[in-house]
Amino acid sequence: MPFQTLLDNYLAVFLAAIVGFILTATALIGARLLAPYSKERGKSVSYECGMLPIGRARAQIHIRYYLFAILFLIFDVEAVFLFPWAATFSAAGKAAFWEMVMFIGILAAGLGYAWKKGVLQWTKQ
Amino acid sequence: MTVLGAPLVNLNQHWLSTLLGIVALTLVMTFAVMFATYYERKVIARIQQRLGPMRTGPYGIMQAFADTFKLVAKEDLRPATADPVAFELAVFAIFIPAFLALIAIPYTQDWIVSPLPLSLLYLLAVSGLSFIGFLMAGWGSDSKYALLGGMRAAAQLISYEIPLILAAIGVVMITRTVDLSAIVVFQHKVPLIVWQPLGFLIFLTASIAELERQPFDIPTGESEVAGGVFIEYSGIRWSMFQLTSYVNMYVFSLLGALVFLGGWEWPFGRDVGWGYQLLLTLAKMSIFIVFYLWVRASLPRLRVDQLMSYAWKVLIPFALVQIFLNGLVLVYDLPDVALLITSGAGAAALVFFIYRSVRVKPRRPLEMVANGVAARSVV
Repeated sequence: MPFQTLLDNYLAVFLAAIVGFILTATALIGARLLAPYSKERGKSVSYECGMLPIGRARAQIHIRYYLFAILFLIFDVEAVFLFPWAATFSAAGKAAFWEMVMFIGILAAGLGYAWKKGVLQWTKQ
Repeated sequence: MTVLGAPLVNLNQHWLSTLLGIVALTLVMTFAVMFATYYERKVIARIQQRLGPMRTGPYGIMQAFADTFKLVAKEDLRPATADPVAFELAVFAIFIPAFLALIAIPYTQDWIVSPLPLSLLYLLAVSGLSFIGFLMAGWGSDSKYALLGGMRAAAQLISYEIPLILAAIGVVMITRTVDLSAIVVFQHKVPLIVWQPLGFLIFLTASIAELERQPFDIPTGESEVAGGVFIEYSGIRWSMFQLTSYVNMYVFSLLGALVFLGGWEWPFGRDVGWGYQLLLTLAKMSIFIVFYLWVRASLPRLRVDQLMSYAWKVLIPFALVQIFLNGLVLVYDLPDVALLITSGAGAAALVFFIYRSVRVKPRRPLEMVANGVAARSVV
């Protein structure tokens, strides 16, 4: 019964998520009950070196964060492919190994290309 | 209630014992984190030739309790312009993944709340979730420092997750299993640090960065982004963030102890009883914790550009090389010593590379100004 086994195994994960949620909620509610509370307006201004904040903080984000996120996606998906391969490759023979080397090599070439184009460079020199 | 002809939840065997295990884990976790805050302050103080907390109780042992009560009784502020949903839910989004990681860790041979068959993959996946919480906190706070800190936290966490996972894949190639208990059992003769010194170094560095501890604490650095994502959080919410960071420290220390140092299995075997097994696991875990504290007290903070290029230009290529070497040795049935030699050579190359790049070169003052490293904005 694969479904039942899966459920048995991951039941603890659901339970822990619920317990973690309750734990955090209890802490927040407890603090709401115990902690003092004042309606002073100055306290609800966000911090900016002690001065009144200039404008909102919804700033534009530099493009390099986006490029790193794309690179991360590529390599994270690669890691997902690599896990089942790593657990079984020595039984699957030499061809399986060299095919995966080719796959990793293509992605590594992509990393090298990004490197050469200066994506990995945080600041322009 | 049945699904596909089977009872949905098998009440008798599983449900209650699992819940009890989780509750016990919660209690232990709370006290372990309180102890860790006290221990960290003491160790850092001794390294800096101070005494650390001494006033609350003998040798200051009650300091953690005093801090806890103070934090619970502190006013809980939220900026009026903050996004209420993202701001409030960020606490949950950061804490719950750290808590989820605890249930899949085998503390001894039998002490595990839920023996997941893919526990190593599960642990890495769950610990990678917390960056969503950092992004929510940074975006929701409506503070420029918080936004910068949140973006930096996300960039750092995703960048260092990859070398961490690739180092774990190197281990999985040798053990041929993704189950943590089986990985520990595999090391009953020799711990995996012997076969994978390069993987161990990569894991160690990347885990410090994943924990956002010094010297990789760029998202929360006080002198740069004034506390980063935590800037608008106070009282209990701030302490939940701190709690999470210490829970994560325990999780990564345990992971390192189990995967690379042999957990409860090495060197005494599994017949010593759960008491010694637990002691052995905890002793190996504390090696990592002391190392993290030592590094924190010794090294200055990196710059954000150094941090990102270290992950992408050094750690990831070395981790890929480690996987390639492992595969070569295992597919062509070379003797086990070949693993040690290739990985050891890789580790030596990595150490030499780091040494060469951090070595202080004498420069003339004008040259330093012309390079403008410090003056350039590295947001």
